[in-house]
This record gives sequence, structure tokens and C-alpha cells, in this order.
Amino acid sequence: MATSDTHRAIDAVWRIESAKIIASLTRMVGEVGLAEDLAQDALVIALERWPESGIPNNPGAWLMATAKHRAVDQLRRRTTLERKHEQLGRELEIQQAVSEADFDTALDDDIGDDLLRLIFTACHPLLSTEARVALTLRLIGGLTTWEIARAFLVTEATIAQRIVRAKRTLAEAHVPFENPSESVRAARLSSVLEVIYLIFNEGYSTTAGDDWVRPALCEDALRLGRILAELVPHEPEVHGLVALMEIQASRIRARVGPSGEPILLLDQNRLRWDQLLIRRGLVALERAEKLGAALGPYALQAAIAACHARARIPAETDWARIAALYDALAQLMPSPVVELNRAVALSMAYGPAAGLEIVDLLTSEPSLEDYHLLPSVRGDLLARLGRFDEARAEFERAATLTCNTRERELLFERARTAELSAADAGR
Amino acid sequence: MRVIVLIKADQDSEAGVMPSEQLLTEMGQYNEELVKAGVMLAGEGLHPSSKGKRVRFSGGKKNVIDGPFTETKELIAGFWLWQVRSMDEAVEWVKRMPYPVNSPETEIEIRPVFEMDDFGSEFTPELREQEARLRAQVEGSAKRS
Repeated sequence: MATSDTHRAIDAVWRIESAKIIASLTRMVGEVGLAEDLAQDALVIALERWPESGIPNNPGAWLMATAKHRAVDQLRRRTTLERKHEQLGRELEIQQAVSEADFDTALDDDIGDDLLRLIFTACHPLLSTEARVALTLRLIGGLTTWEIARAFLVTEATIAQRIVRAKRTLAEAHVPFENPSESVRAARLSSVLEVIYLIFNEGYSTTAGDDWVRPALCEDALRLGRILAELVPHEPEVHGLVALMEIQASRIRARVGPSGEPILLLDQNRLRWDQLLIRRGLVALERAEKLGAALGPYALQAAIAACHARARIPAETDWARIAALYDALAQLMPSPVVELNRAVALSMAYGPAAGLEIVDLLTSEPSLEDYHLLPSVRGDLLARLGRFDEARAEFERAATLTCNTRERELLFERARTAELSAADAGR
Repeated sequence: MRVIVLIKADQDSEAGVMPSEQLLTEMGQYNEELVKAGVMLAGEGLHPSSKGKRVRFSGGKKNVIDGPFTETKELIAGFWLWQVRSMDEAVEWVKRMPYPVNSPETEIEIRPVFEMDDFGSEFTPELREQEARLRAQVEGSAKRS
């Protein structure tokens, strides 16, 4: 095998194994930064040796054992310097762990547990959101700093620095490598879910404002979600998030037009929706529902997405159910945007007047003052009620608020149509 | 990216001989590992070709041919659909598939599935150019810093 082939194979092995190795090492050495360094050492040794010796039969176990030996060396060196009893004790423990690890490859449950701890650590609330995202992609997703930088359109140095700082923060705060206690578990889990969904959305819609999907990030987020769902199968919200991501990802091919323009859900060619992802999403949603608890925000959003996914044509959409789901969502996380969505669903299910009632209440909402979708939705409802003059004014207002050129054109066109209809009605 | 992993038929699979209990257990563990890694999207095993049919299109005619089909090496006994980051990763996963030493020689075929990127007209020139530009920006700024 040529050296470059071996290097690519090592790269692939690393992607598959690194999270598990780092997780195991962190449990041993108590610090995620050191653990990653040790794992990297093992990788370097593999890069030196494997091109000549060939790739071992069980490359993951080889990397793990090598990294653990490095850990023992490292701790021994430290211990000779410091001679701390505590560390001597730890060294013994580790030596035992190493000798077990050498021939015991069936540590799967433990590894799962370590991996979960690593995820909780990477998404620790001490860290900034940006740092959590970078650390999660790096430690769990196995992405290189360069890949993360490219995905987020920042420099490699920025990401590298972000990761170094995050590891330092964790070390200085002596964050223990453990699963969060019952009292904070829900909050810590929701921090993990937030990070994963953020990665997904970064791929799905772009923060830079260009109409461009970066599917690789969506795939990374989906993979993280699927991994997490197997680690904590009894958490309904994890399945809820996976369901939401699977169903949203099923529309990636349909949501951008030939010249890069975004296509709204109801205008999408549903034949282009990915049925495999829809099916997986519906199964994940079912898993969330079967766990019995009331649906959380992710599962509710997934259930809404599922209503659209089940409808072969827009006219088959179960808007009454969507309105009810938005109602439930509004109870859990009250937000004017959720209310606006509920208003749209109500108008689709029960007619424009039902929606307008809520939308009128939202016009005094300060957080929606510059939100172009509010006048856009209000204009639509008014037009459907035959109040064309008011509709025209709303479409014009919406057009001046949106930053998207195509959308602005569309809204001005709707304003003109409303104006013509008003003239017709006046005649 | 998605890949489809094709498992070729052999004499046993064509004869409808079920794999040994040990192999089934190992296969189960392997599948579980794929699920835990978020790699597995779908996968199925297929009945022998004796239960299959072919429809031959030839000279404007359609003929239905009943199985079994003889050229065993060309036949498929099962497939997986995986989500991986690269062909290299797919190869690495395939290498981990249980394969008892006494089993007959076989080949597992890995084929990438068409993605959005592969559709020329959909992924427009503007979008491609935009991506190239962004890539250049990122690389340029990375080099500077």
C-alpha cells in the first residue's frame, strides 16, 4: 500500500475511533485537553509506523492501547516530579486499565458511557456557544480544525484558538468528567441538543446571508444526533431533535431553485423530498412519542414537520393538527414567532379571520417590529378577506423590511396585485 | 456522503442456507456498531435469486424471466445504505465486517450515491462559483493568520 493510501486509511480510522479514544483517555487522566494531546500522540506514532508495518488488524484497539501507554508514561513523569500519593494511586489504576484494555475489546458499554460524558463536557455551559460547537465537532465529530474553519467560514487560527481556550477553561474550572447529576441533567442535555441543532442550522440556512446550503454540516449534526440517540435512548427530546433534523434534511434538495432562490415549503416539489430521511424522521418521532412523556419543543417541532412530510400535496396538509401543535409549542416556549406560525396554521385550517385575530395582537409586539414576515402574513390574510387597500400597505411595508432582494420583488408584486384588486373592487 | 454497500451472493446464500448462529450474532453486533456510529441508514438481506424475477427489455419487447440466475458472482445477497464522510471511511467500516476465515472468497462493493453536488444543473454555476470564492477566502485568510 502506498504511503498516501495508508495515510488516508489512518485518517478514516481516526474519524471512527478518535471520539472513543479521547473519551476513554479523559476518564483516565481527568482532563480533556491532555487526553486529546495523548490521542494525537498515538495518531502520530501510527502515521510513522503503519506505512511500513501495515495497518494492524484492529486499528482502533491499537490506537487506544498506544495512547493509554503514553498516558501512563506521562503520568509517571509527572509523578516523579511531584511524588503525590494521589497520583501514584491513579497510576496504579491506570496501569490496571491499560493491561485490561490490551486484550479486552468488549468494553462497549463503558465506552458508550465515556462518550456521553465527553459530549456533556464539550457542551458544558461554562463555554461560549461558539466554543461548544467547535469542541463538539472536533472531539465527537472527529473533524479537523481546518474542516471546522471551512464550514463556519472563519480562519483556521480562529477555530484553533477557540478550541485551546475552551480546553483551558475546562481545565481551570476543574470540570469533573462525569455525567451531570439528576438536578441539572435536563438543562445540560438541552445544552447538548442546542449545540447539535445549531450545527445543523448552520448547514441548513446560512448565517452569512447567501442562499447556499452546506449539507456536510447537516450530515455531521445528524450523525451526532443519531449517536446521541443510541447513547441515551430513553430521552424523548433526543429522538425529537433527530426526527426534526431528519425531516428538515429530507427537503434539502427541494428548497433551493435552479438560480439559487429559496423555495418556500408549500411551493416545493414534494417528489424531490428524500423519502428515506422522512421515514427515518417519522420513526424517530414515534420513538419520542412512545416514551410516554409530554412532547418537548423539539418533538413538537418534529411533529409539525411530520404533518407536512406526510402530505403528498399541500392541500392534504392537516392544518388543524399543526395549529394544535403550535398551540402546545407556544405553551412550552411562548414566542411571538411561534404565535405567528400558529396564526398561519389557524388561517389555513379555519379561514383567514381566525388567523388575523392573532396577527392583529402581534402588531404591538416590539420584538416583531422589524420582522418582515409579520406584515407579509398580515397582508396575505387581509387580501384573502378582500381588504385589499390594507393588504397593499402591509405588503409594501414587508418589502421595505426584508433584506432578500428576490423576496422584496415578490412582495412588491403582491402589493401591486392588491392595488389592482382594490381598484376592481371599487369599480 | 451516502454509499451503498453491496454484498455478493455465494453458493450458500443462493441455496438458501442460513448463516451460522455465530455469524448472525457477529453480524448483529456489527450492525449495532454501525447504528451507534450514526453510519447506518438502511440495510436489507435478500432472498436467493430463485425467488427473484428479471424483466428483460430487448428490441421493444419485455420478457419476464424467472430465477434462479446462474452467474452467482454477479448476484447480490444484501445491501446497506450508509452515511459516511468519505469513501475511505466506508472502506474502513467494510474491513470491520465479520468474515469467518473458512468462508468462501467474496467481494464487498462500495458505490457512492449521487448527491446534490453531482447534479450539474441543480447546483448552478453561480453556486459553484460562490463556493469556490468562499473557499478561496477561507484558505487565504487562514494563510495570512
